Amino acid sequence: MTGAAITRTSPDYRAAFRPSTFGDVLRSEWTKLRSVRSTFWALTVTVVLGIGLGALISAVSAHGYARFSPSEKLSWDPTGVSGAGMYIAQLAIAVLGVLCISSEYSSGMIRTSLIVVPKRGRILAAKSLVFAAVTFVVGGVTNFVAFIVGQALIAGHAPHAALGDPGVARAVAGGGLYLAALALLSVAAGTLLRRPAAAIAAMVAVLFVLPGIAQALPDSWRNPVTEFWPTQAGAQITSVHPAAHSLQPWPGFGVMCLFVAIVYAIAWTLLDRRDA
Amino acid sequence: MIEARGLVKRYGSTVAVNELSFSVRPGMVTGFLGPNGAGKTTTMRLILGLDAPTQGSVTVGGRSYRDLPAPMREVGALLDAKALHGGRRARDHLLCLAHSNGIGRGRVEEVLRIAGLEGVARRRAKGFSLGMGQRLGIAAALLGDPAVLIFDEPVNGLDPDGIHWVRTLLRTLAAEGRTVLVSSHLMSEMALTADHLLVIGKGRLIADTSVEEFVRSSSRQSVHVRSPQAADLAARCREAGATVQAGTGPDVIEITGLDSAEVGRLAAAHGITLSELIPVRASLEEAFMELTRDSVEYQAAGATR
Repeated sequence: MTGAAITRTSPDYRAAFRPSTFGDVLRSEWTKLRSVRSTFWALTVTVVLGIGLGALISAVSAHGYARFSPSEKLSWDPTGVSGAGMYIAQLAIAVLGVLCISSEYSSGMIRTSLIVVPKRGRILAAKSLVFAAVTFVVGGVTNFVAFIVGQALIAGHAPHAALGDPGVARAVAGGGLYLAALALLSVAAGTLLRRPAAAIAAMVAVLFVLPGIAQALPDSWRNPVTEFWPTQAGAQITSVHPAAHSLQPWPGFGVMCLFVAIVYAIAWTLLDRRDA
Repeated sequence: MIEARGLVKRYGSTVAVNELSFSVRPGMVTGFLGPNGAGKTTTMRLILGLDAPTQGSVTVGGRSYRDLPAPMREVGALLDAKALHGGRRARDHLLCLAHSNGIGRGRVEEVLRIAGLEGVARRRAKGFSLGMGQRLGIAAALLGDPAVLIFDEPVNGLDPDGIHWVRTLLRTLAAEGRTVLVSSHLMSEMALTADHLLVIGKGRLIADTSVEEFVRSSSRQSVHVRSPQAADLAARCREAGATVQAGTGPDVIEITGLDSAEVGRLAAAHGITLSELIPVRASLEEAFMELTRDSVEYQAAGATR
C-alpha cells in the first residue's frame, strides 16, 4: 500500500530488457486461452458431442443397416457415420474461435492487448496459431476416439472400417485439419465483425444456413454451390467415399484453405487500419 | 518524454483533437486537465497508437508508439479500468500481459503487492469494485517498470485511502525520474498531485504551464467587507480605483483591485467601522472553470456561473 518499492528489486532487471518477440505473444495468447472458463466448456462440448453423438448415430445406423435398400447399402460409409457427431460439434469450435477475439472487443480487453502489443498482426497471428493448434489436437483426438468407438459399435451389425483401409486414416486425421481451418476462419470472422453475436451468426450462416438454402436451388445452381462451398468442400478431407458433386479430399480442403486465407487477409488489413 | 506535434483527430465531422502540440517531460507529474469531452482520452489513445491521428504525429522517447520494440518496458498505461476480460482472475490477467512482453511471473507478484491486491489475486475481475479495478489497471501499467506512465483519471471511483495511495504513487514515480502524464477533470486533484499542467478544451491547448504559475496568474483576489457604512466605503474604494460589487446583504460589499490591508487603511482614514474584513482567493477550481468556460462541451442550461 505504499508508493515505495515500485522498481524491480532484482539488480539484473535492466539486463533482462529485450525486445518483445512473437514467442512472447504466443505465450501470452496461450495464457489468455487457458485462463477463461469458456475455453474449457467449449472444448468439453466438442469432445462430448463429437464422441457421444458419433457413438449414438453409429449404433442406430448399424442396427438399421439390415433394412437398408441396396443403393443405401452401396453408399454405406462407416467412417462418415462414426464421425457424424463432429458435424454438430464443430459449432462449439466456431463459437469459441469467434469469442477468443470478439470477447476482447466486447469487454474492452482489446485496448489493453493492443497497448501491450501494438504490432497488431502479431496478436492476430498468435491468437490464431494457438487456437488452431489447440483445436487440431482436441479435434483430432476426439475424431480418432469417435472413430474407434463408432466402429466398435458398428462391428457385427454392418460393415465397419479399419484405419488400414484405403483413405480411412486420411479421413480420420482430416477431422483435426478441417477443425483447425475452421478455427482460423472463426478467429478471422471475430476480428472482422468484432461483435460476438454478429460473428457467431455469420459462422452459423456459413456452416449450416447457407448450405441448407442451397439445397432449395435448382440442380444446375445447387451442384456447383455444393461442390465449392468452402466448408463443404473442406469437409471432403474427412470423407472416404466422396458424394456426387463434391471435390476430391485434398482439392476440397484446398478450396477451404483458400477461402480462409482470403477472409484472413481482409481481417488482418482491417485490424491494422481501424481505430481500436 | 512524450512529444506531440500538430496532432489532429477527426471522427467524421467531429474534431476531437485540434492542432495539439506539447511535450511531457520526465521527473515530474504532468496534469492533463480539461472538462469532460475536451479530448483528453482521445489524445492518450493517439499517444498509445490505438487511434491513428488524422494529421500530425506523437512520439514516446523519440519513437512512434507502434514502433517500440518492448512497449511495456517503455510505457505503462491505464486508460479504462474495465478494459479487461471479467472472467479472468486478477493474477491471470496480469500474467497474460506480462508474458506478451517477456516479463516474468515474479514481477506479477510484485505489482500485485504494490497495488495491494495480493488478497484478491485469485478472484475474477468481474467481481471487482471500481476501486479494485483501478488498482488492477495501475498494477498492469507498472508491470514493465516503464520510464513513461500514462493514467486516464486514475482516482475515479477510489475511496479516500485509494486516492491518497494514487497521489503518493504518482509523486514517487515522478521522483524516480519517470515521465508521468495523468488526466483529470478536477483542478483541485491536479493542484495536489501535478507539477506541470496541460489544459485543453474542445481539443485545443489552452495552457501549458507549471502549477505554481497557474495558481499565481489565475488567482483573482478580492476582499469581502461587512460594514454599517458599506455605501460610504464603496465610494471611497472606487475613488481609489477599485471595483466594488454588492455582496450578499445590504451591508456587504466585495472589493477587487485593493488588498485587505489597503481597504483597512482606507476605512480607518475615513472613520468607517468594519465588522468583517476578509481577503478572498478564488479557488483553483473557479480559476480553471474561468479558463475553460468557453470550451465546455455541454453547459448546463441556465448555469449560474
